[in-house]
Amino acid sequence: MTVTETELAGHFEATVARGDRVEPRDWMPEAYRKTLIRQIAQHAHSEIIGMQPEGDWISRAPSLRRKAILLAKVQDEAGHGLYLYSACETLGTSRRELTEKLLSGKQKYSSIFNYPTPSYADVGTIGWLVDGAAICNQVPLCRTSFGPYGRAMIRICKEESFHQRQGYELLMTMMRGTDEQRAMVQESVDRFWWPALMMFGPPDDASPNTEQSMAWGIKRNTNDELRQKFVDMTVPQARALGVTLPDPELRWNSERQAHDFGEPDWHEFWAVVKGNGPCNAERLDRRRSAHEDGAWVRDAAVAFAEEGAR
Amino acid sequence: MSEWPLYEVFLRSKRGLNHVHVGSLHAPDDRFALMHARDVYTRRNEGVSIWVVRACEITASSPDEKDPMFAPSGDKVYRHPTFYDIPEHVPHM
Amino acid sequence: MISDDLLGNDAHWAFGTDFEDPLAGVDTTVPDGVDPAALARYCLMLGDDALVLSQRLSEWCSRAPDLEEDIALANVALDLLGQARLLLARAAAADPSVVPALPDDSPVPAEDALAFFRSPAEFRNVTMAELPNGDFAETITRLLLLSICRLAEFESMVAHPDAVLAAVAAKGRKELAYHRDFAARWFVTLARGTAESRRRVLGALDGLWAFWPELDAPADVEVVLDQVFAAADVSRPEVTPARGLGRECVHTEALTDLLAEMQSVARAHPKGLW
Repeated sequence: MTVTETELAGHFEATVARGDRVEPRDWMPEAYRKTLIRQIAQHAHSEIIGMQPEGDWISRAPSLRRKAILLAKVQDEAGHGLYLYSACETLGTSRRELTEKLLSGKQKYSSIFNYPTPSYADVGTIGWLVDGAAICNQVPLCRTSFGPYGRAMIRICKEESFHQRQGYELLMTMMRGTDEQRAMVQESVDRFWWPALMMFGPPDDASPNTEQSMAWGIKRNTNDELRQKFVDMTVPQARALGVTLPDPELRWNSERQAHDFGEPDWHEFWAVVKGNGPCNAERLDRRRSAHEDGAWVRDAAVAFAEEGAR
Repeated sequence: MSEWPLYEVFLRSKRGLNHVHVGSLHAPDDRFALMHARDVYTRRNEGVSIWVVRACEITASSPDEKDPMFAPSGDKVYRHPTFYDIPEHVPHM
Repeated sequence: MISDDLLGNDAHWAFGTDFEDPLAGVDTTVPDGVDPAALARYCLMLGDDALVLSQRLSEWCSRAPDLEEDIALANVALDLLGQARLLLARAAAADPSVVPALPDDSPVPAEDALAFFRSPAEFRNVTMAELPNGDFAETITRLLLLSICRLAEFESMVAHPDAVLAAVAAKGRKELAYHRDFAARWFVTLARGTAESRRRVLGALDGLWAFWPELDAPADVEVVLDQVFAAADVSRPEVTPARGLGRECVHTEALTDLLAEMQSVARAHPKGLW
């Protein structure tokens, strides 16, 4: 019996509509596969590039306790990248291929990591706001339609909540410290607030892929829905911390039972996405040299394994 | 430039339980795969037992095979035969 | 404080049971017959070796040859950082006079004062630990030489009359056995991998070998090392020993640079709460 493409597509769509997971050996539309590869790869790249802005403070963390927490956290990000690359590999690609696409600029990573981290308080702010925004994005992805991606996200979300809390706790501790430390926290929050809001992607009316991704069950909420949720979640946290969020339009709207807030600078967003952010070149250069400098090591291990196999 | 082969990792989190699939990694050989599995998936939790196996050596059936709608996807090169469900009781997931 | 719910009991954390105070609930009385000043000096030696090597290893974070190695090196660095913290805290409790003076109202705990407010001339680590990382072959070779000696030290320290030190040793020896195995496996792999990896690892060994005598390895360590060398088809280099005086607090420029970076934030905020 020959099964037609239409019948296969019907089967696939029924699986997704039932809320069942699609697994690697199932038939899937080529566009679904491509969308998943693009999204999971971008996510994996973000974890790996995201090691850098915070990782730069490991050597300077001001207490042994903070040094350990930060090193463990950045190490977790390497782990997250590894889980995600593995999920992506089930779609018929390889980590090497994905790495090459990252380095050649064919695949992107989250723009937030193209912002610099000039202050130690940024370690806390990244944990609180950036990881907080990531969690908002990622929790719905635990139910995403592609099985390996959802399972990777479950692992990752469990670890991310520790990341967010260590960041918030660092900021809380600094706020109980000296005036200078309190100023550092506020200055860092001022710099990261808008980029954190941009992490949810462009507004819904400028996000052409959202509709199809939602129909396929890859994405579960629109960008604007998630952005709103993040703002509503963060405002009371900021109040408890004693910092001001740098948005004069931010206020509670009792009619909507949600916060109104200002519009991020989307020109800046697109400029950073297109590679013109403050640290784009630096981040990719670091990743490229790690990859290239490590080639002889990877090759040596393969050669030794082959010698052992003979 | 060579890429290390893909391994699947299975953990026994404590005595009396089955080994359960927890994820994958790359390693040049079996010994390195075990070390990497310990570093990546147990973070040095003592007392666990780890299995590693090259992904390409797993023979798998496809759950959809009984379904008349199943179509062999032999034209696609998948590096993973399949992933496995992870029960709730496995720690450090 | 959030240590319990934030950090839980995850074995990920290479530390004691209380993450705020590494020696919480531990009787730190120095036992009869042990000289507190000598005990503190011994703890500083071993603590500084761990702290400085951990700092070097963590420089690999986001720069390792592959993700798996990035994670592995961070694990080793975390273990050593945990050991350093316990040992510095033990040194401070045994002999408070080793702790640098800070303003009375400074919230900096003693082990952090030792890590962040001593000058290079007060550090007791061996020279080999402070040398710059070099390439992966140099990092692996150094880790092999240091962890093989440190493991032997911890094996005998398990019977130390000071119960705190004995407990640190009992915990640390398992970590160190893993570090040694990891480093030995890579050392053999690089030595027998490709012509390039062999060239690099032999060069690394030549460069580091001058500092081997400073580690003062006991005979049984020399035997284990020779086994690793045999497996790697490598012989002991013919190199004139350097005068490593790290234990007497004489250091290279590399330590000055390492500490300047490591201590920069802590020193900019001597009254800071972290």
